[in-house]
Amino acid sequence: MQNLRLNINGDSVEVGAPSHWTLCEVLRYRLGLTGTKQGCDKGDCGACTVLIDGRPVLSCIHLAALAEDKEVTTIEGLRPLHQAAGGEGCDPVQDSFDRCGALQCGFCQSGMILSAKALLDEVPVPTEEDARAALSGNLCRCTGYTQIFQAIERAACERAGLEPTKPAWAPESSEHEA
Amino acid sequence: MKPDPARYVHGTDAPWDEFQVVGKPHRKVDGLAKATGEAVYADDIQLPGMLHAKTLRSPHPHARIRSVDTARAEALEGVHAVITGADLPTKYGVIPWTPDENALATDLVRFIGDEVAAVAAVDEDTANRALELIDVDYELLHAYLEPEESLERHDPAIHPDNKKGNISKHVELSFGEVDEALERAEAGELTLIEDDYTFHGTTHAPIEPHCAVARYSPDGLLTLWSSTQITHYVHRTLSAVLGLDPAKIRVVQPCLGGAFGGKSDPFSLEFCVALLAMRTGRPVKMLWTREEVFYAHRGRHPMKMHYKTAADAEGRVHAVDAKILIDGGSYSSFGLVTTYYSGQLLTGPYDFPAYRFDSTRVFTNKPPCGPKRGHGSVQPRFAFEVQLDEVAEAVGVDPIEIRRKNFQGEETETVNGQRITSNGFLECLARVEEASGWRERRGKLERGRGLGVAGSMYISGTNYPVYPNDMPQAGIQLKVDRSGVVTIFTGGNDIGQGSNSMVAYLVAEELGMDVAHVRVVAADTDLCPVDLGAYSSRVTFMVGNAAIDAARKLRAQIVEAVAEAWEVEPARVRLVGGRAIDLSDSERSIPTREAFQIAEVRFDTLGSTGSYNTPTLGGDYRGGTIGASPAYSFTAHVVEAVVDEETGRITVENCWIAHDCGRAINPMLVAGQMEGSAYMGIAEALMEEQEVNRFGLHRGPSLLDYTIPTSFDTPELHALIVESVDPEGPYGAKEAGEGPLHPSIPAISNAVYDAVGVRLRHLPFTPGRVLKELRAARESRAGESP
Repeated sequence: MQNLRLNINGDSVEVGAPSHWTLCEVLRYRLGLTGTKQGCDKGDCGACTVLIDGRPVLSCIHLAALAEDKEVTTIEGLRPLHQAAGGEGCDPVQDSFDRCGALQCGFCQSGMILSAKALLDEVPVPTEEDARAALSGNLCRCTGYTQIFQAIERAACERAGLEPTKPAWAPESSEHEA
Repeated sequence: MKPDPARYVHGTDAPWDEFQVVGKPHRKVDGLAKATGEAVYADDIQLPGMLHAKTLRSPHPHARIRSVDTARAEALEGVHAVITGADLPTKYGVIPWTPDENALATDLVRFIGDEVAAVAAVDEDTANRALELIDVDYELLHAYLEPEESLERHDPAIHPDNKKGNISKHVELSFGEVDEALERAEAGELTLIEDDYTFHGTTHAPIEPHCAVARYSPDGLLTLWSSTQITHYVHRTLSAVLGLDPAKIRVVQPCLGGAFGGKSDPFSLEFCVALLAMRTGRPVKMLWTREEVFYAHRGRHPMKMHYKTAADAEGRVHAVDAKILIDGGSYSSFGLVTTYYSGQLLTGPYDFPAYRFDSTRVFTNKPPCGPKRGHGSVQPRFAFEVQLDEVAEAVGVDPIEIRRKNFQGEETETVNGQRITSNGFLECLARVEEASGWRERRGKLERGRGLGVAGSMYISGTNYPVYPNDMPQAGIQLKVDRSGVVTIFTGGNDIGQGSNSMVAYLVAEELGMDVAHVRVVAADTDLCPVDLGAYSSRVTFMVGNAAIDAARKLRAQIVEAVAEAWEVEPARVRLVGGRAIDLSDSERSIPTREAFQIAEVRFDTLGSTGSYNTPTLGGDYRGGTIGASPAYSFTAHVVEAVVDEETGRITVENCWIAHDCGRAINPMLVAGQMEGSAYMGIAEALMEEQEVNRFGLHRGPSLLDYTIPTSFDTPELHALIVESVDPEGPYGAKEAGEGPLHPSIPAISNAVYDAVGVRLRHLPFTPGRVLKELRAARESRAGESP
């Protein structure tokens, strides 16, 4: 058992946990931040992705102790951080995922959205190849990734004042607006 | 007796004028909850004093348990209870005719990973240590790993109670004059193509592992939260196995992290946490590891298939004859249905004058197979669509053209007696033909690049429930609040496909409301009317119709009350755009909220119920009801594939998916189902294989070794929605979640033929297999040349 001092979503928290526990376990089972998901517990699926100092990290193979003195952002942090920065509602990446149908079962999405967020923080208007590379560590079993790429494109385009590509299924006449 | 089925048909038109909600992209009702991490999945549930449970599994593929000694485990500090097969002796199975499973093995273990004992302890680490202290004495038995052996040898029997030895199910059905057509082919009057095809095993691999939590309240009420896609059947089965009154059991499906058929059996962990909670008086959770999910399996059945197709010089099919050997793994699961489906679901979108199939499912000592997206029909569809391409080539007809020529039409009956209503298959073919540039490009691309086509059909729900009864298949309750909110109570299981959103869209459409004012409470047996669950693509069709039924009754009350208050004819009152309006007086309108309040004064507390039940359908023969559905969806794919002849690697670059979903209630969600289905089919063809080694051990039970596609591996997917508008679907809707998987796999094989001239008849299409076929083709060409 050890005492950990962690910075989670802007809060400094102290928590006791067995010393072999991963960051994923501490977030989920000690801090109640269950938005971080566990799909494989060995770093294969990416559902447990969180941001540490702005970079995506697999929290299920990352010892909690290694996250001390770093800034950890989980999916629960995006909306409050967006609002603290003067924004309204959810983070635009979260919103875009919802508006593009990118959320089916939703189990991969916290990791997926955080990987997408890290990409969009680094590359203002990523290409589809950029998106494929940034998400290559996050497995999705529902969507075939297509609507996830569309969500990232849409979030980037809206920020840059560009027009996103219309999906193949969208009728010519109607506005694609969810 | 079932009531008149016409009462469940609500027409295909908008409630009035144009659709307000239906046909447009909308957010999902739970989208933002999922996007922000707020949504609660089974493993997110933490209850005070909760214990953690783990399962001891068999290390042997086939063995008799001589004894289990749990004394050392029970003595470990922190262990609260240990249970074994003796504690849960009642057999069960999702199909009531084949109950051959125990929550924990009572005498035999039948695959590596079969459940033997379960422990509840203060934490997972302690539970895992306790598992190591359970002593099991096994007598090893001969393990069956090849289905052919299970056909021949029955001693030792995998299920000693089974009268047919190691044969799980045999079905032989024949329609029309098959032998006559085959004789004509023999005589040279018809072209006959005959070959063997193999489909390997694949698994669902949802990203959420199975998890269940149980609480046994002091008043004797057992509550189970489980990652299941069939709350109602779990409820029934828990009652039977635990010997508890079903009125003392509540089953809840929390948010579910993917299923694809892999969470549609009752599973061992559900019974174990329930009993452990009853024994300890504390809540108990069990979360499976990823490895356990691979062993639990219930995935696609491997099939060895022999097909004969006789066709005339124009390419019209005269007869199809199939013989299929199905590897079922260790338990029956849905296997009775799988065996029928392997033949019954092939009889569209093409017209066969004569058809026969002979399917045998056998037991082997491998993880049990079950229903995976496109249950039972993906494998024969692969074989037949490749064979149809071979027929097209033999008679010199374009592969899309041969599919048009054999089209069965709308409002017709299949050779095996299934009723076909709407059928948009021709438009599906036209859409993929145009989008892929088929006419300009097929057969004309550079060597190594090719286009392939395939078609398919699938059910929108099975016409009959797994246990015979005449009660509705789907029920809905609506509750109205004075604030202007309507809450929908549905037994439907939202497994990510968006069924909760679907019912909200339909109710909002009927009541002229904003979707944001509709709430959904789902899949809780205490709160919601029964629905049979998320399987066989039944939810949109059946739960959707029930939702319209309930909303229409409610609408009638509201309209009547408002008309009375306004002293006008009800025909003048419309609910639209969040308001009740007077059609003859544009000045007069009130918000829906006020309309609800007026109706509450008139009728007291408002609410309504709605139901759906199926009409009587199916062929008049034993098994003729299996495969019967109130409507069928149709799909066509064109795949563009590139074959690297040096490495044997196939890359699918594009997949055009045209799917007839009747009417797209939310086209964005329909497209998501189409893309997700095609992705999954392509992955099965090229990347995935659920296989055990010669010891019965899984080849690689992890998401690294069982390679599901990453963002890099997934091709460009082009979803082209075709809307045939079905006369009985909710506003004309049919299924979209399973049909669009089928054609991907044969379309790849057919594209490879266009690219490099070899026929891939055996899955998966690994580089090694492709190289072997290329070498064989080269050798045969060399042998032919002088």
